[in-house]
Amino acid sequence: MSAFSDLVTHYDRRIFRMAKQITQNDDDAEDVLQETFLKAYSHLDDFQGNSKFYTWLVRIAVNEALMKLRKRRSDKTVPLDEPIDTGEDEVVREIAVWDENPEQQYSREELGALLDEAIQSLKPAYRTVFILRDIEEMSIEETADLLKLSISAVKSRLLRARLQLREKLTRLFKRKGDDAFAYL
Amino acid sequence: MLTCKQFLSELNDYLDDTLDPQTRSELTRHVNECPNCWVVCNTTEKTLKVFKGMEAKAVPPDIEHRLMAALEKRIADRGPICGQKKAEA
Ligand SMILES: [Zn+2]
Repeated sequence: MSAFSDLVTHYDRRIFRMAKQITQNDDDAEDVLQETFLKAYSHLDDFQGNSKFYTWLVRIAVNEALMKLRKRRSDKTVPLDEPIDTGEDEVVREIAVWDENPEQQYSREELGALLDEAIQSLKPAYRTVFILRDIEEMSIEETADLLKLSISAVKSRLLRARLQLREKLTRLFKRKGDDAFAYL
Repeated sequence: MLTCKQFLSELNDYLDDTLDPQTRSELTRHVNECPNCWVVCNTTEKTLKVFKGMEAKAVPPDIEHRLMAALEKRIADRGPICGQKKAEA
C-alpha cells in the first residue's frame, strides 16, 4: 500500500481538479477521484508502463468524469458532445494589450478562482478539450482518442476554447487606459 | 497577404509551432504587420501561460480522508496485489 499511497498523494490533487473542472460538481468530483484510484489499484497489473502512469490515470479519470457528466445531463435536450455552432464563437471582441505580469495583481487564491470561473464558463464540449490539451498537456491525438473525436473537431474546439478564454482574461488583465486604443 | 480570418484559423498551429516553415513565415509576416492579430496572438499565448502555471490546490482533508479510507478498505478486501498471487499459487 505505501508505494501506491505515495502515488495517490502525489497525483490526487490534479485528478481532483480535473474531475471538478469537467463535472463542475463537488460530489461528482469526489466520486470520480475515488473511482479513479480504486480502478487504478485494481488494474495495476494492466498498467503496461508504455505510457506514463499519470497519463494512464488521466484516461481513467476522464472516462469516469464524462460518465458523470452524461448522467447528469441526460435529462437535458442539449447534447453534450455537439457544440451548437452559432457562428459567433470565434469572434474576437476585446483587443487590448495586457499589463506586464497581470497575475501579480492577484493573490494565488484569487487568481485560481478567476481561472476556474473562466474555464467553467466554457461549454462542456470546449472545456473538456481545453483541459486535456492545455492543462493536462496531452497531444491533439491523445485528446481526440480519449474523447472519441476527430482531430479536426479537437482542433476547432480548442481554437474556440482558447479564444474565449483569451477574451475573458483580457477583460481582467488589459492595461488600464487602453480602451481609447480599441482598434475596432 | 493573409486575411485576419485566415490568420486566426491557423493561430493554434502557429502557437503550438506545428506548421511548415513557409506557412509559418506567412503568418509571422501577417502578425508583424497587423496590430490586431499581433495583440490577439500575444494575449492568447499569455492566456495559455497563465493556465499552465496554475497549480492544483490540495484535496480538501475530508475528501482525502475518505479516499484513503476507501482504498484501505479495498486493499483489505483483496489483499495486497503481490501477496494475492502468491497466496493463490
Ligand atoms: Zn490581422
